[in-house]
This record gives sequence, structure tokens and C-alpha cells, in this order.
Amino acid sequence: MIGELLRGMATTAKFFFKPPVTIQYPEVKRPVRERFKGRHELKRYDNGLEKCIGCALCAAACPADAIFVEASENNDDERYSPGERYASTYEINMMRCIFCGFCEDACPTEAIVLEHNYELSFYNRAGAIYTKEMLLVDLAASMEPTPQVVEPGSFDRSIPDMENPK
Amino acid sequence: MTAGQIAIKALVLGFIISLVIITGFAYTTLLERKVLARLQHRVGPNRVGYIPIPKRGGGERKLLGGFLQPAADAVKLFLKEDPTPAKVDRPVYNLAPMLAVIPAILILAIIPWAPAMTIFGIEFEPYFAIAPGVDVGVLFFLAVTSIGVYGIVLAGWASNSKYAVLGGIRASAQMISYELALGLSLITPVMLAYSMDLGIITQSQRGGWYVFLQPLAAIVFCIAAMAELQRHPFDLLEAEQELSAGFNVEYAGMRFGMFFMAEYMKMIILSAFAAVFFFGGFLGPFVYDFPALGFVYMFIKIVAFLVLMIWVRASWPRFRYDQLMGFGWKVLLPIAVLNFIITGVFIVLYEEGYFQSVLSIFTG
Repeated sequence: MIGELLRGMATTAKFFFKPPVTIQYPEVKRPVRERFKGRHELKRYDNGLEKCIGCALCAAACPADAIFVEASENNDDERYSPGERYASTYEINMMRCIFCGFCEDACPTEAIVLEHNYELSFYNRAGAIYTKEMLLVDLAASMEPTPQVVEPGSFDRSIPDMENPK
Repeated sequence: MTAGQIAIKALVLGFIISLVIITGFAYTTLLERKVLARLQHRVGPNRVGYIPIPKRGGGERKLLGGFLQPAADAVKLFLKEDPTPAKVDRPVYNLAPMLAVIPAILILAIIPWAPAMTIFGIEFEPYFAIAPGVDVGVLFFLAVTSIGVYGIVLAGWASNSKYAVLGGIRASAQMISYELALGLSLITPVMLAYSMDLGIITQSQRGGWYVFLQPLAAIVFCIAAMAELQRHPFDLLEAEQELSAGFNVEYAGMRFGMFFMAEYMKMIILSAFAAVFFFGGFLGPFVYDFPALGFVYMFIKIVAFLVLMIWVRASWPRFRYDQLMGFGWKVLLPIAVLNFIITGVFIVLYEEGYFQSVLSIFTG
């Protein structure tokens, strides 16, 4: 029995000399998996138009009733998205969201996507309502900001030709 | 020296050494957390107080990580809300933490830290301690340790809570059973040194440390000391996973801090005692030429024992209470008694010259 006790102590002593496995967050962050469901983002097309057409299928699919969508008409002088409508008000209540990804599955244009950001703290309840400005993805180099002025009749199909999901 | 001079010297020295040991207690908590973390393959507290050293390749290395953590803990304990439950026995409730801490600090008086030395013209004869020359040092130690049990029992009783009372009674039962084994294991160094004075026990180990002459007593002392401190693997009564802290469940803030302080200070002091009785105390190479080295050797030995206790805490499972009491009474006590009987027999035979005559047969 004494041998067992000493073997136990030898086991812990062995770990004393190994480098610790602690990750020094927040200086070092562990990378997340590819399909990790973090904070939402509203995506854009390459020409800058928003993908979201305000259909509110995500709000209907959300099991926690966290999304609030109000749609408005697009016209060619002030175009936000290809298609008849765009989401003029888009709010997600992060206190209700359960990060299930149903909104991502329900979206017909692949507009709302759950990205990898998990550091989502807020100081009061009002700060939990994430608005469209917070959720919309930033403009890349090739994009023009919305609202855009376009030639009439150039965008008439709201759901683009997309590949089947893999 | 007049009695007044002796008293003033003892008072000032006592004040200084207790402050040093209280700081030592704070850093013992840090030592425990960091060593326990390393043994568990992780890093302990390293954010509160560090020296940033930029590393090649980006990032920075934290040197001495966490050395202000004890200060942060102390500030937290002071600023915590200190509720007193209704219907407690107020004088006893307030007295119990003090009864736990005061014996821990009192025992510091007799520990010898260094041999006879002279600092700035002040003599420390016959050895450096707050109260040198106490003829009944071992008895003083055992007596004062027993008062510490009162602190725990009264804490449990005064909390006006069922679980606290049960915790207190069980803790006191554990402590008094292991105090017996502790005392019996200390008899053998006293027999070998012919004195109960701790400085004389230390200095009579110049021929060889008592751990080599009395390995059984050393092991019994170490085990009984761990049980006396309610330290793992005997810490059923204060384990975080088992109860919500047993007898001190109704204490918060600095009162809890005092129990905590009492436990860690007793840890340091019992390590010092183990060093003094069995491992040579302040003895080491060149200690009589440079008496200040005595402090260094005591420090090294105390830290070695603390690391041993922390290592044990990281490695072994906990005793159940009935196993604990059975172990104390049925295993440790008989071993301690047998040890001192056999040692006594050997000492008498040695005195009578029996061994000399036996050895002379071999050496002719």
C-alpha cells in the first residue's frame, strides 16, 4: 500500500515538470471550429447590396422568438437589396437567442450566418438588442455602400441562382 | 541582563517574528495554489502582480506571476460583508476565531531559528528564539496546540447551526485523537536529547539527524501533524466538496480569514517543528561559523515540508471519517507507543553498556 501511495505521488510529480496546458486567455485565444455557431452576421453580395430581403423567415423559424424584422420597399433610386423588399429594421435579442442556427438554415438568400465571435457581453438589457448596424458585415474593398442608385430593371430576381448546400 | 531587558527583547523580537510569519502565511497560500496548480498540469494565479518581460516572437512572459495575489485576497476578505447570524452566542462567536489564531502565534515563541549569535551588539544566547531557554518546550507546544481545539469547538457551537455543531465536534474528536499520536512520537527525540528544550534537541542532532535514528517516529509525527492541521488527506471536515465548510460555515469575511490564517500558520509552525525535531532544525554546513545561515536552513526545511504537504494534497484521496478515527487510534497510536518502548529499551541497554560489550565481541 505504501508503494501505491508513492506511485500516486510520482504521478503528480511527473506533471510538475511538464509545461502547463493553460491557455492565457485573453492574450491567446483558442481557434474555434469551422461551423462554430457564434454571433450572427448579415452578409452582402460582392457589389455591396445586402443579401437580406426582409422576408422574416428567420424570425418565423427562431424557436426563441429572438429576431424582429420589418420590411420596406426597395426602389431603384434607393436600393438596399436585389429584390422587392429589404429589411429596414432587423433586431436580434441576444438574451433570447439560443444560437441554434435555425435562422441560418431558414434563410433563402444565405443572408444571416452565425460567425465565430463569442465575446458578447453587455452592460444593460438595452445593450442586448443587436441592431442591423451592429449585425451587418463590413464593406469589403470591392463593395459600394448601400443605399445604392442603380439602373432600373437591373435587379429583379430576389433569390439568386445558388448551389445546393453541401 | 535584567528581567526588564529580557522582557523587552522578547517583546520586540516576538513582534518582528510574528509579522514575518504572518507575511509568510500569506505567501504560503500563494505557494500552495501555485504548487498545487503545477502538480495538476496547470498554472496557478498569475495575473495579480507580475513583471512583464517581452518575449521574442511577440507576447510577453509574466515573471513572478501572481505575487500580489495574497494581498488581493486579504483586501477581499476585509471588504467582504460580515454578517452575524441571529441568535448566536455573541461573545463566543466573536471569541472563537481568536482562540484559533492565538495559540498558532504563541507557539512561535519557542522555535529556535539560529544558533547563538550577536547582532549589533545584542546577544542571543543560547540560541536565537523569541523565548530561548524554555526548559519544557515540548510540553508548551503540546499544551498550546490543545487550546487550538477550543477555537474550533466553540466556533461550531456558537454558530447556532446543526451542521456547524456536528462539524465542530467531529473536528475536535479528530484533533484530540491525533494529538495523542503527536505527543507520543515526540517523546523519542526528547529521550535521545535528554531535554525538552527545543534548542538543545536541535543542537544534539549534530551527530546525526533524528530522522535516521527514529524513522518511525518521524513518519508518525508527519502523519499526525497533517491530521492535526486538518490537512489533506485528513481534511474531511473542511473539504470544499464535502460540506459547505463545516464548523466555520457561518463565518464570513475576516473572521473566516482568521480560521484560514490559523490553519496555514499552524502548517508553517508544524513544519518548523518537524524540521526541529527530526531534521536538524537550523543545523547545516557552516552554521556555527555564520550563524545567520541558520535562518536559511530553517527556511529551506520549512518550505520542503510545505511542498511535501501540498504534494500529498494533490496526490491522495481523502479519508472517510470512520477510517480516519480508526487509523488514528488503531494504527498510529500503537506504532507510536511501540516505538517509544523499543527506543527506551535500547537506550537503557546502551547506557548499561550492553552494546559496547556486544560490539567488543565483534571488534575484539
